[in-house]
This record gives sequence, structure tokens and C-alpha cells, in this order.
Amino acid sequence: MNWTALSVFIVLFTAVAVLGFMAARWNSSGLDHLEEWGLAGRRFGTIVTWFLLGGDLYTAYTFVAVPALVFGAGAIGFFALPYTLIVYPFVFLVFPRLWSVSRRHGYVTASDFVRARYDSGLLALAVAITGIIATVPYIALQLVGIQVSIGAMGFTGTGLLGALPLIVAFAVLAAYDYSAGLRAPALIAFAKDTLIYIVIIAAIIVIPSQLGGYAHIFAAVPRDKLLLKPPVGGNLGLYSAYATLALGSALALFLYPHSVTGLLSASNRGVIKRNMALLPAYSLVLALIAFLGYMALAAGVQQDPQFATYFKQYGTNFAVPALLLKSFPSWFVGVSFAAIAIGALVPAAIMSIASANLFTRNIFKEYLKPNATPRQEASTAKFVSLLIKVGALAFIIFLPLQYAIQLQLLGGVWIIQTLPPVVVGLYTRWLHRWALIAGWVIGMGWGTWMVATTGFTSTTYALHLSSLTIPGYAALYSLTANFIVSIVLTVVFNAMKAPAGVDPTVPTDYVHDVVETSVLSAEPTGEI
Amino acid sequence: MPTETPKSAGPQALWIVLFVALFAVALWVPLYNRIDPTLFGVPFFYWFQFVWIIVGGIVTGVAYLCKA
Repeated sequence: MNWTALSVFIVLFTAVAVLGFMAARWNSSGLDHLEEWGLAGRRFGTIVTWFLLGGDLYTAYTFVAVPALVFGAGAIGFFALPYTLIVYPFVFLVFPRLWSVSRRHGYVTASDFVRARYDSGLLALAVAITGIIATVPYIALQLVGIQVSIGAMGFTGTGLLGALPLIVAFAVLAAYDYSAGLRAPALIAFAKDTLIYIVIIAAIIVIPSQLGGYAHIFAAVPRDKLLLKPPVGGNLGLYSAYATLALGSALALFLYPHSVTGLLSASNRGVIKRNMALLPAYSLVLALIAFLGYMALAAGVQQDPQFATYFKQYGTNFAVPALLLKSFPSWFVGVSFAAIAIGALVPAAIMSIASANLFTRNIFKEYLKPNATPRQEASTAKFVSLLIKVGALAFIIFLPLQYAIQLQLLGGVWIIQTLPPVVVGLYTRWLHRWALIAGWVIGMGWGTWMVATTGFTSTTYALHLSSLTIPGYAALYSLTANFIVSIVLTVVFNAMKAPAGVDPTVPTDYVHDVVETSVLSAEPTGEI
Repeated sequence: MPTETPKSAGPQALWIVLFVALFAVALWVPLYNRIDPTLFGVPFFYWFQFVWIIVGGIVTGVAYLCKA
């Protein structure tokens, strides 16, 4: 047992937990309304939103899994770079429209918007269910970050005793989430991002100097991992896989419920646009995180006998913890592991809040209790967020880790199927609601089938077009099928004069804004 | 209460073209899938994409300032 590291870890973790409980009092006008609990009253300013989105999108799992992929597979793991390059301009151009229309009409989820825009409860249900099933395994994976760091400090009990630290961490998370809603992860995100930044900066300064500089690190990477294998014959190989993974992941990211929740809690349009100009700072951090994979390779952590049992248990996901253990003094190992564990709490909290919002608005209120009061909505969401966390915990404790990883891979393929109704819907409702439902069914079905053909181990599917083989991200392929079906059937349904429903939104709703309140304004409606 | 004002959508075409060009370069793998020229021992594949993220960030920043 590494007592120094464990003590530092516990102190930091406890401090953050206290912060989470204090969040309930943070500029709140009561948490008995879903917009207060689940969107923090739509009052977050630029800085809070920056930390919240950064804390939300760059999860503990990212911190572990991206370098693990680089460590195991080399250059392909760097698709995260073009991916983060694309995502922010895309969101900058498109998503202020979602914020505006949601603000104008009081939508809490993307599904709320789809419900109104297409006048279709069924399409909204499809979007809501997709969001929930894509998110729950993602929450479960956050636990892996906590599990790996606790395990690495020598806490290696088996059975329920081994799961005890996880249960404690999640009980803390559930409690402050329940009481403070979205304000809790927003406040904790400050601590999380600061810690992550400190660890990354220390890592990129200290570790390369221990390993003899960047040139040395790259020299240690096997030649065949250093670059993407060029196309051979009619097979585009890793070239098409790299590009489609980047593009597909970028298109999918802001369709996830936790991203939408982060966006909708912004106090005005400017906050989102400003953030999309500022968030690329995190892209640089992600690039540096990816480099940790090569540093672990150069440090030879896998050949180190002291880590052998861990690699057996956690696979390449242990590359980063091993690197930190090998390179840093015990007390800083504690700081690093606390950063990973706290890094798991923020996204896990936002994800469960976002899923709870979806359930409450688009399943509970739509189908189970149409006349629910805002108070009942809020209490339902609180309860459901608790249920989701218990489910995620059970997932990790009782099922093989592989299931969560596979479902999270599928989650990306699934969530992208909501792009036609949500993103296209922000510009036009030309696509017919019934056609969109059919497109969604085809996209979900084919996407899942493609991943299934790899035995659920990969989201890259080799598409054969006459003599050409194009390995690519199944999400992007199935999205294309979804679009084709949606467009063709729209033409058919329009020819049949199928009813298109009533759209309560008008074009100006999509560019609607709220005048920014002064920072000095003491009004309770001002931003925080 | 903050007053709510509708704003008209400005012409975005120019920015969209610029962003699409930015994305196209990032996704055109043969362009940067090479070792040389290296920078401080870092292969081109890595440092180019790193620099391109910075360029992307700057362009998005300028787009924001121009529209604000």
C-alpha cells in the first residue's frame, strides 16, 4: 500500500466532496424546478461554462483510454487531434441555434426540441432513448478511472471489499448530485480541470527530461506504430479509418445528452460562441495526454515486473497510471490519481443529470404523467439520476469491464443517429418526421450490425465498394444510411401528403438572444 | 429581468468555407502521414497536427471576434 499517495488522494477527494455539497447554496433560487436542478437555472457565464464543458467532455476515461490506445496501437490513437479540431467550429456554427430555440421555448433536452419541432412524440422518444442508452455505459466507464487509480495505490481487495472505495466515491457523488443538481459538477469542475492541468504540465516537463527528450521518446516507438499504414492495393486501410473516426466522433460529441446539458445551461448565446473559441485550449491538453502513451512506451512500463499484475488486470488502461507511478514521487502520484478520480466525478454527475432530464421530460412527462408539476419533474429527475448511478455501479461491479467498453463504443454509433432530427432540424423541417423515424431505425440497426461483425471489439468496419475496401467508422457509415432513408422517404411521404404536424417555432427563435447582464449586476437573474 | 432581443442571422458562407478548408486539411491523411521534416525530433505527423489545432483555435477565435 502506497500510504503517502493514498493520504494525498483522500485529502483532495474529501475537499472536493465538500465543495460539491456547498454547491447547493450557490446562487440558487430553490432546486424544486427541473430548470434549476437540471440546468442550474440557465445561468452559467463564460468561465463557468468553460470549466463545465471542459470537465464534461474530457473525462477520466479519456485521460486513461486515449493514451492507452496510443500505447497499444500507435498513430491511429491520434485521431483525437483532428477530432477536437473539427468539433468546436462545428458547434460554434450550429449549436447556438439549439440554445436559442431552447431558451425561447423552455426546452431542457434535445428531445424536447425534436418533440416540438416535428410534432412527434415517437421521434422524441427515439432521440431520448438513444441518449440514455448511449450515456449509461459511459457513466460506468468513468468508474474505471477511479478503479484503476485506487488499485494502483495498492488497494487490491477482491469481491465487495475491492469495490468498497468505488461504492464510497459513488455514494458521495450521488449525494451531492441529488442535493445540488448541475451546480455541483460545475463547481467541482474548477478543481478537476486545475488538477488535470497541473498533472499534465508536470508530466510534459518532468517525464521527457527523465526519458532523454522528445526525440528519444519517438525513437523508442516501433517504426510500424509511428505512422499510419498507407493504403495497399484497393484497401484504404488506416487512412480512411483515421479520417472517419475523427469526423464521426466530432459530429457525435455534442449530440450526447451531457454535452447538450452543458450547452443549455449557458446564460446567453455569446457564452457558447465564446466558449467554442476558448475550448481549443483543451484540445492542446488532449494532444499532450495522447503523447503520454508514447512516454509510457519509452519508459518501458510494460516490461517492469512491479506492474505485471496490473497490466494483466487492466490491460493497456494501466499505461498512464504505471507511467505516473514510475516517474513521480509518491505525494504527486496521489495528486495525479486524485485528478483522475475527481475527473471521473464531474462527467459522471453531468451524464446522470442529463439522462435523468431526458427520462423526466421525454418519457415520464410525455407518457406517464402528462400533467406533472415542475416540482414533480424535479423530484423525478433527482430520483432517476440516483437510479442511473446505482445501475452504472452495478454494471462495473458485477459485469466484465469489457461489456462497458463495448457498449460505450456502440454508444457513439447510436448517438450519431440523432443528428438528422436535431442538427438538420435546427435549420429546416423539410425532412418528414416519419422518414426520420425510419432513418433512425435503419441507422441504429446497421450501425449495431457493423460493430457486431467485429465481435463488438471495434467500431471500424471494412466497407466494400466494388473493388475498393474502405475501413471506416461505423457511426459515419450508418449515419449516411440514415440520411439516405430519411431523404428518400421524405419525398415518398410528401407525395402521399402524409401529415407533417404543427411546428410551434418560428425562424427568429433560432437566433434569439438574451442581452448579457453586467457582471456587477446584483440581479438574481444574472449569470454566475 | 434581462430584455430579450431577436437578432438576425448574418451571412456565414465565408466562415463555413474557411472552416471546411481547415477540416479538409485535417482529414486529408496523406498530406501529413510522414516522418520528415521532424521538429525537435518530433515526426511531422505529430507536430503538424499539433500546429493545426492551434491554427484551428485561432481561426475560431477570429470568427468569434468578427461576428461579435
